[in-house]
Amino acid sequence: MSCCAPGSEDLAKALVALPTGEEVAFAARDMGDGTRQVELSVPRVHCAACIHAIETALGKLDTVERARVNLSTRRVSVRWRGDGLPPVVSTLDGLGYPPHLFDDAQDGKDPVLSQLLRALAVSGFAAGNIMLLSVSVWSGAEGATRDLFHWVSALIALPALAVAGGIYYRSAWSALRHGRMNMDVPIAIGITMAYGLSIYDTWHSGSHAYFDASVTLLFFLLIGRTLDHVMRNRARAAVAGLARLSPRGALVLFGDGTRDYRPIAEIEPGMRLLVAAGERIPVDAKIVQGASDLDCSLVNGESAPLAVAAGAEIQAGTLNLTGPLTLEATRSASTSFLAEMMRLMEAAEGGRARYRRIADRVSAMYAPVVHLTALITFIGWMLAGADWHQAITIAIAVLIITCPCALGLAVPIVQVVAARRLFENGIMVKDGAAMERLAQADAAVFDKTGTLTLGHPRLTNVHEITPRLLGIASALAAHSRHPLSQAIAQQGGGAPAPVFDEVKELPGFGMEASAGDTVWRLGRANWAADDSQESGTVLTRDGKIVARFAFEDETRAGARAAIAALKAGVGPVEMLSGDTEAACRRVADELGIDTWRSALLPAQKVERIEELALQGRKVLMVGDGLNDAPALGAAHVSMAPATAADIGRSAADFVFLRESLAAVTTARDVALRAGQLIRQNIGIAIVYNIIAVPIAILGYVTPLIAAIAMSGSSILVITNALRLMRAGRADAGKTRQVTEPATA
Amino acid sequence: MSILVYLIPVALFLGAISLLGFLWALRSGQYDDLDGAAARILLDPEDTKPKP
Repeated sequence: MSCCAPGSEDLAKALVALPTGEEVAFAARDMGDGTRQVELSVPRVHCAACIHAIETALGKLDTVERARVNLSTRRVSVRWRGDGLPPVVSTLDGLGYPPHLFDDAQDGKDPVLSQLLRALAVSGFAAGNIMLLSVSVWSGAEGATRDLFHWVSALIALPALAVAGGIYYRSAWSALRHGRMNMDVPIAIGITMAYGLSIYDTWHSGSHAYFDASVTLLFFLLIGRTLDHVMRNRARAAVAGLARLSPRGALVLFGDGTRDYRPIAEIEPGMRLLVAAGERIPVDAKIVQGASDLDCSLVNGESAPLAVAAGAEIQAGTLNLTGPLTLEATRSASTSFLAEMMRLMEAAEGGRARYRRIADRVSAMYAPVVHLTALITFIGWMLAGADWHQAITIAIAVLIITCPCALGLAVPIVQVVAARRLFENGIMVKDGAAMERLAQADAAVFDKTGTLTLGHPRLTNVHEITPRLLGIASALAAHSRHPLSQAIAQQGGGAPAPVFDEVKELPGFGMEASAGDTVWRLGRANWAADDSQESGTVLTRDGKIVARFAFEDETRAGARAAIAALKAGVGPVEMLSGDTEAACRRVADELGIDTWRSALLPAQKVERIEELALQGRKVLMVGDGLNDAPALGAAHVSMAPATAADIGRSAADFVFLRESLAAVTTARDVALRAGQLIRQNIGIAIVYNIIAVPIAILGYVTPLIAAIAMSGSSILVITNALRLMRAGRADAGKTRQVTEPATA
Repeated sequence: MSILVYLIPVALFLGAISLLGFLWALRSGQYDDLDGAAARILLDPEDTKPKP
């Protein structure tokens, strides 16, 4: 009934199996009072009608106590009585909101966000009240009144420093302990010294106190930090909300005929496993019984499904398409193909760890200069004959005025606005440093299957087939999950469907149906036709070929334009694929890629990227498969589509949710623009310092001047960052009709 | 200026109440689903009532 399900069509679709009842029951938590609760991710939820539909439908189920949708995280938590799981998954799927499980690590509330919000509230309260008192002092309160105001300010500032400042103290301390310098070090030193000096001055009835400066500084900086965290969290939640592509367990068949659902870690070599059509293979195994077709595209990049039968060795992570299989596990999960990829990935990670963020590089230069200037000011005033109190006051004024309020906001605020703009375009970014690295990229490497192509085939010769036969073929094909069948079923949707008496699927071969005396077959030519030696997919009537079907892997929308743009703007573009040479050549020709390599193993992809890195290239890697994950980790910066394998997604810096490959160029444009604005902002902060520092050194800075200078420069920096948002709005307006309302 | 003796504590007290109110709201999970709160206003109250 929902208005929404059609709206989310441009969310890239994966051939994803719904979680089984066992998997959901396994993920449920016992709440103690006889009820159990599970959280499911429902990415298609996005409006009030969705909330209503889901909560009402789930609420009607017999044992369900409570169902509550969280629209921000796109999750639904269901609580039910007793052990038996109510049909939650099928109900949600029936409504058009296919649910899936997400990683446990993402579960529950976000402690860092609450901590930041608490700190923000306390410092906001303190800053407001101290400002109120400070304004009275600046307007001329004197004597005992001024001292009282200062003491009250000191009192209010104390909790703010403890709660809000704590965040900066911890970060500064951990940086110093590891021998690094970050922006939080001068902030921590500045606010602490300002507070200490002000206490001393208040004690001696001094006329100036810097309580307002230190607390307002904290407040401003915390706004930037909180926004940054919220933004990244949204991106993380959106990525975590994508379907898990690796199973959590498998149905184990024991010697005595009993079967039990076991978590993946408990599966030992030698165990018998049952895998239904539509499920992923949990561990490397050998087929004992049954035949099927396997989709290996996520594992090794091969686009054509592989027909398998008893005796075949199959890899973990492949998708069982057509028939149920009984397997014998040959390896445990920890030694499976997936684990091997993890090991390769850890070994490959390097270029990224060495990267230092712009903010850290600037502060590493900036902080010593600030501290040195303050020290020289102190020594200078002492030599000039000032007493030590005056010299310290001026030195601290220098510290406060240079305290990188503008600089501390300069980088994160731009990155927050940029992340927001990417988010509106369906691109999730893991952190700000990723954007800096993307702006630096000067070579691009693409995977083929699932990245440049959609990973599912398209019928190419529709016009050669009689519509009536196409109708029959699509009616037959609609009964199968095989990708080729689905491609046929999609094309022949409108034709009148004939009535069959019986339809059956022979895994590994095709579909067979009878209508009266006529036998129709759709599938491999050498099976469907009586005496045929040709390969390919055909439709036969009583053993005579009546139609032939040709397929090709459909390239992603915008792929050609994106590659042309990358060639012009970034540098050489390469394609590295695990697929066959012929398939690669066709895609490379179609998209205009000159350099490509086929039939690569995961380690060879990493090698190629390291080779490029040795030539001084900063590589952008775009890939989706398990076999790409190590390469994604090795590259300078990486992107993955939402349909990527779990570890590929977590290895990538960016994840794009829409189908079009234009996301790559969009992300690159935003990253470049953000880099530009960051440099401008740092420029503004430096100009501000060039003006303000001499005034401070000469001793003319009062708390009033410090407050004005600080707010002024912060507002300037924020306004500059918001220019990126305006550009984003204009773009979003242009593409409103085609964009999906929200993507988190 | 003796009025300040009352006014400053009163001002701080009122400010502190709103601060505590915010912290309570934060802890009781009212900020967990900001988008949902915005959308739920469109639902009729009887629709969302839990089952008896």
